[in-house]
Amino acid sequence: MGHEASKAIRWGLFTTTVLAVLIVVGSRNLAHFDAALVGYTFATLFAVFGITYRYVMWLQRPPTALYWRRGWQVFLDRRYLLGNLRVLVWRLLAVFASNNFIWRRGRKRWAAHWLIMWGCVLAALITFPLVFGWVHFDMPAGDFEHYVVYVLGFPTMTFPVEGVLAFLVFHGLVWAALLVIPGVMIAMHRRMRDHGAGAVQQFGEDFLPLILLFAISVTGLMLTASYTWMRGYAFDFLAILHAIAVILTLLWLPFGKFFHILQRPAQIGVAFYRDIGGRAGLAACARCGQEYATRMQIDDLIEVERRLGYRYELGDGQADHYQRVCPQCRRAMLAIAQGMLWSSARGPVVEPMFDIATMMSPQQER
Amino acid sequence: MPVAANTEFFIDPSRCIGCQACVQACEECDTHRGHAMIHLEYIERAQSTQTTPVVCMHCDSPTCAEVCPADAIKRTADGVVQSARKPRCIACSNCVLACPFGVPKMKSEFELMMKCDMCYDRTSVGKKPMCATVCPSQALHFGTREEVERLRPRAQPVNRFRFGQQWITTKVNMMAPAAPPAYIDVTAAMHAGPTGRRYALPVVGAGASG
Repeated sequence: MGHEASKAIRWGLFTTTVLAVLIVVGSRNLAHFDAALVGYTFATLFAVFGITYRYVMWLQRPPTALYWRRGWQVFLDRRYLLGNLRVLVWRLLAVFASNNFIWRRGRKRWAAHWLIMWGCVLAALITFPLVFGWVHFDMPAGDFEHYVVYVLGFPTMTFPVEGVLAFLVFHGLVWAALLVIPGVMIAMHRRMRDHGAGAVQQFGEDFLPLILLFAISVTGLMLTASYTWMRGYAFDFLAILHAIAVILTLLWLPFGKFFHILQRPAQIGVAFYRDIGGRAGLAACARCGQEYATRMQIDDLIEVERRLGYRYELGDGQADHYQRVCPQCRRAMLAIAQGMLWSSARGPVVEPMFDIATMMSPQQER
Repeated sequence: MPVAANTEFFIDPSRCIGCQACVQACEECDTHRGHAMIHLEYIERAQSTQTTPVVCMHCDSPTCAEVCPADAIKRTADGVVQSARKPRCIACSNCVLACPFGVPKMKSEFELMMKCDMCYDRTSVGKKPMCATVCPSQALHFGTREEVERLRPRAQPVNRFRFGQQWITTKVNMMAPAAPPAYIDVTAAMHAGPTGRRYALPVVGAGASG
């Protein structure tokens, strides 16, 4: 086993142990832990191990490692920290809360993502604290009209059993399902009708997550329907179906598309890297002299490429590395290099040079 | 479905006439509808007629994918380097800056890198890429090796490129003279001017220098 994998396993075991301890402590030595939900708990612990393992492996890739370090460096830089915090709030709202960049990619895509995302966030905020025994509801002694919300064993707010708040809170997962289901259907429609998506999509990567989310939402709604309108008809069977769907999703979290949930925050780090890199100075192309990127990024990229084993070094007086040539010049050089081969194969050709000015005023002496 | 093994992409920049048909056609590709991924470069516009189309060369060991911190760029089993996966791309531009051919485009408004994927929606079902279907001068040709040998007897397709000390092998071929060397030394053109027909355009030249 390589050094990277053993490091990832150690981190995985550490985070899993921390969560297990927090479950025991938060549920007051499992006093408020619901034994019926133990399957969810073990699936979550596995997911935490898997996610941590993959995250640590990911962070050890040379480009990711460098960006991770640089991202934190530029964000915590004392000169910019206050401004960064202000911008962070705005970016969290724009990027995460409203998914503005997906809106620009396409309205349908945005609607699907936004509905699924908020449905999942709501469901996670409700489910995990309940499963871990961190939150539970109880009635005050002798009072059957109110519920008390206990957080980590401490009583917090009280609300009437028959009130609107109780209805909203106890149907929280219904609202989540009602967000997720239309989102999944829009996404599924796009995947089935869009030729572009059809060419590159894969079952495990693109369909399975949608199917799992749909299964969780529908079986969850069926549970509510069963105990609300059908006197608990097939409730046990539905509860097992729902548990299977949820547990499969938790087990799939580290492997498939869901992992992007943990990768996306890097987008924020990149934005700070770009901002602050720009202030530190721009790199000019060694061939055309035009500025084309931040100097920080070019230097970092050269370092990353060396670590990856690439040898783009040039024995050129003007540039030490091919990375110092802008993309536009690279495209031009490719054509010129090919043209040079043809020129040398053909031998010297004397071509008259067109002089537009001469052609326009032939009498004028030049 | 993978791209048929007997069909390949052959590029010949020296045949490009700069008509922009490939750019227009590229926008019609379903995997990046409305956005042209091909580059059409004018080389030293004030001095030369030379133009060149640049598509993704689909490297065997793609630098763009290796330097991607989000692991968003994948190469399919048939050797096509796909555009960045939308859920993963974090718009860092590493791929744009690292590609030795200067191919990927950063779409800042989408926070997404997009690039030529050899019209995967078409080539994976046996069709030609959009650009190759419309190119009137065969600067972009998609077909079998036998076809190319018949059409271009004095040329050979090469897929090895040199960038300083780095060699890159690609899925896409570029047409070179049949004589050796059977590779293209891109960085040899670092200080070279255009190789196309030259002309003097004093108005543009004056504007550029002024």
